[in-house]
Amino acid sequence: MTAHDHPHAAVGEGDELPGYFEILEIALRELLIEKGLVSADALRRQIEILDSRSPALGSRVVARAWVDAAFKARLLADGSAACEELGVTMYDGTKLIVLENTPEVHNLVVCTLCSCYPRPVLGLPPDWYKSRAYRSRAVRWPRSVLAEFGTNLPDDVEVRVHDSTAAMRYLVLPMRPEGTDDLDEDALAGLVTRDAMIGVTRVATPG
Amino acid sequence: MTARFGPREEVTVARRYPPGHLRTPFYCRGRTGVVERVLPASINPEEEGFGMYDRAQVPLYRVRFRQVDLWPSYAGPAHDTVDIEIYEHWLVKAES
Repeated sequence: MTAHDHPHAAVGEGDELPGYFEILEIALRELLIEKGLVSADALRRQIEILDSRSPALGSRVVARAWVDAAFKARLLADGSAACEELGVTMYDGTKLIVLENTPEVHNLVVCTLCSCYPRPVLGLPPDWYKSRAYRSRAVRWPRSVLAEFGTNLPDDVEVRVHDSTAAMRYLVLPMRPEGTDDLDEDALAGLVTRDAMIGVTRVATPG
Repeated sequence: MTARFGPREEVTVARRYPPGHLRTPFYCRGRTGVVERVLPASINPEEEGFGMYDRAQVPLYRVRFRQVDLWPSYAGPAHDTVDIEIYEHWLVKAES
């Protein structure tokens, strides 16, 4: 029974009957709203913010770092502050650490405990990022996982896995590919993919 | 709360198995790594999870482990690593 005193079905994701966890979520949400701890509009607004984020934001950050050495230095020193310079706010209270790929070090991000992900700069994670297979294998057999994504790294490159277990979120700054000296910042941003910013692949030379 | 450990210091993760979903992954418990950096202190999630929000913040670290120290049968090169965020109460100074 909702506050306005007539029963109705909650507005959900689809027409199918809700499962156990959906019912739990609906019950919790309705209680929080009825008790005045969260307003329905604040909740709606938060979902709107979440849905407004996409990998295009991360791509802009990477492209700026590729063309502006001072920005890159600030980005590596304090990822959250540098993103906010570009209008990308860390709306969820997390702090961003940016990991620079170099010819010597390749960074790979995973959350073995759940699915922590740099949502403010990349939006919602892909389904494979949340899978048990990725979460368990990325820390145990990172080179095999990378190879399955088509990324074969020579042994002289250090593979550095980042297990996102607590308060920080991680974004990989991929290496700028060869043959892109003529491209402007927007064109460079167009080359940067979500997967490269998670670290399962590199940014390929266009063409 | 001031951080007890500094960058490059060797630390060992406690080998404890309290119940519940905690932020210290099982695969690093009892393993030794090096403090990569000290992170801003934060609320201890093991207390926050039980509604205790007003406690002192606890230091948080990023600890770097060599893969070969985490997984004795690790197949890749010895320089491969894993960085994990670990709260201070899980860490002790490594025995040399």
